[in-house]
Amino acid sequence: MAYALEVSSLSRTFSGKQTVVALENVDLKVEEGELFGLLGPNGAGKTTLIKILSTLLLPTTGTAKVLGHDVAKDASKIRPLINMVSGGETSGYGLLTVRENLWMFSQFYGVPGRVARQRIDELLKAFGLEDKADAKVRTISTGQRQRMNIIRGFVTDPRLIFLDEPTLGLDVTTSRAIREYIRDWVSSDHGRTLLLTTHYMKEAEELCDRVAIIDRGTILACDSPAGLKRRMNHASTFVLDTTPFDAAPLSAIRGVKGVSAEDVEGGKRIRLVLDDESAISDVISTVVSRGGRVVALNKAETTLEDVFIELVGRGLG
Amino acid sequence: MIGALREPSWTFFDVLLPLLGIAAYIYYYRALGAASSFEGFVVLGGAMTAFWLNVLWGMASQFYWEKETGNLQLFLVSPMSRMALLAGMALGGMLSAGVRALSTLVLGIVIFNVHMTVADPLLLAAVFLVTLIAIYGMGMMFASLFMLYGRDAWNISNLLQEPIYLVSGFYFPVRSLGPWVSAVASIIPITLGLDAMRQLLFGVTANGFLPVTTELAVLCVLAVAFLVLARYALRYMEELGRKEGRLTLRWQ
Repeated sequence: MAYALEVSSLSRTFSGKQTVVALENVDLKVEEGELFGLLGPNGAGKTTLIKILSTLLLPTTGTAKVLGHDVAKDASKIRPLINMVSGGETSGYGLLTVRENLWMFSQFYGVPGRVARQRIDELLKAFGLEDKADAKVRTISTGQRQRMNIIRGFVTDPRLIFLDEPTLGLDVTTSRAIREYIRDWVSSDHGRTLLLTTHYMKEAEELCDRVAIIDRGTILACDSPAGLKRRMNHASTFVLDTTPFDAAPLSAIRGVKGVSAEDVEGGKRIRLVLDDESAISDVISTVVSRGGRVVALNKAETTLEDVFIELVGRGLG
Repeated sequence: MIGALREPSWTFFDVLLPLLGIAAYIYYYRALGAASSFEGFVVLGGAMTAFWLNVLWGMASQFYWEKETGNLQLFLVSPMSRMALLAGMALGGMLSAGVRALSTLVLGIVIFNVHMTVADPLLLAAVFLVTLIAIYGMGMMFASLFMLYGRDAWNISNLLQEPIYLVSGFYFPVRSLGPWVSAVASIIPITLGLDAMRQLLFGVTANGFLPVTTELAVLCVLAVAFLVLARYALRYMEELGRKEGRLTLRWQ
């Protein structure tokens, strides 16, 4: 079995006034042809891991191999095979047109001019950016710039692409189109692999073959979305609507044994993951004892977010 | 070049502002009753200032700006040669500064009625070319060093700008500063480049520091040395950046 990524006992610390442990003893294997997701809150270590795998950063200890090459020793062998896109990045030159920027970046990878032009046209069409092809980048919207950056990632036809929050801030329709493109891109050639980080659970659930949940530099679980949800068979999920509450009751609910809770609607809806359904009475008592009132209580289907809350102890919000 | 074509206002300021800068020196020399060749030194120095400023603020700070805009990490993830990237930036800088330099030279000659005689066009072209390679080689080396030092780079550029106007003799023969200062200043390639060009354009009135051929030989050595140093500095700083995690850290 060929692995696109093999990470073993990988750690990364940043020295400064305080030493920050960004990654700690991470082990990970991603097969070629996989759509792999990394889910984690801000500061979990997702971007640090991507920077190491994309040769921008060296590990402090441990090893990481990308398509069989060591990131510390063989960076020059890895770079022609990969590309990277970060959500919300402001790269490119405002004075150049969208097409010129894409062409420039394609030349950094030695893509023949004719092939590059053809790919750029195809990708502009696929991402609905044809009408902005000859617009200066400084005149286009943030969302259009984001799409241009995603195209930049694919225009070099990498064997492995890192997408760090690619749909951050994009509208629903565009995000869906991007997800469809990503799925087609990976499935059309078995050698293509994608590592995605996202805040959007639905995106990870819809797109990824496997998902790793990472928090505070440690991988807490790694499985298919369905596999992760099966781990929650022991638990029950409820959605509790209450009168508006502040942080104190939520904190108190989180204090109830066997209960994980997440505010999902601005202080009036809580998603609860209970190890034992009988704990629901304690939750309600906690709400009422703090002056709140239960408006509705419904049992819900387990989602990846519930798994996340259960493992991390809090949501992504 | 694309910038100049798409933003014609840039060209306007590129032409006008240096002209105002040299006008001040020319009237100053005229008021002092200095020899007319000094007005020629000012026009030549004003033209070459375009390249020097481009090296300091365009070339040397280039990676710093690319890091701030998020481009640096994309350059470094790509497989292209880092030296090729710097060479491309240098070439672009030379072309854009060349427009400014040429306009300063031509307008300076026409407006202030400056007389210069090209004694040896081939040698002048060789000195000019090698000077450009040497100062942009120096810029490439600075670009590598400044890659990791954000705001410090800004301060170093400031430090290099004004004192070098003095010690490199932009508007007067560097020999006036004495042999020791001239010798030390010669490590900045623009010093010997300007001195050699002054000698080739204004003859004995240029009061040259060293014979032109010697200056050309030293410039060749400096050009090679700076390019080699740039290559090593680039490799070293990239590895240091990967180790310390500073290649993508903005707002330093």
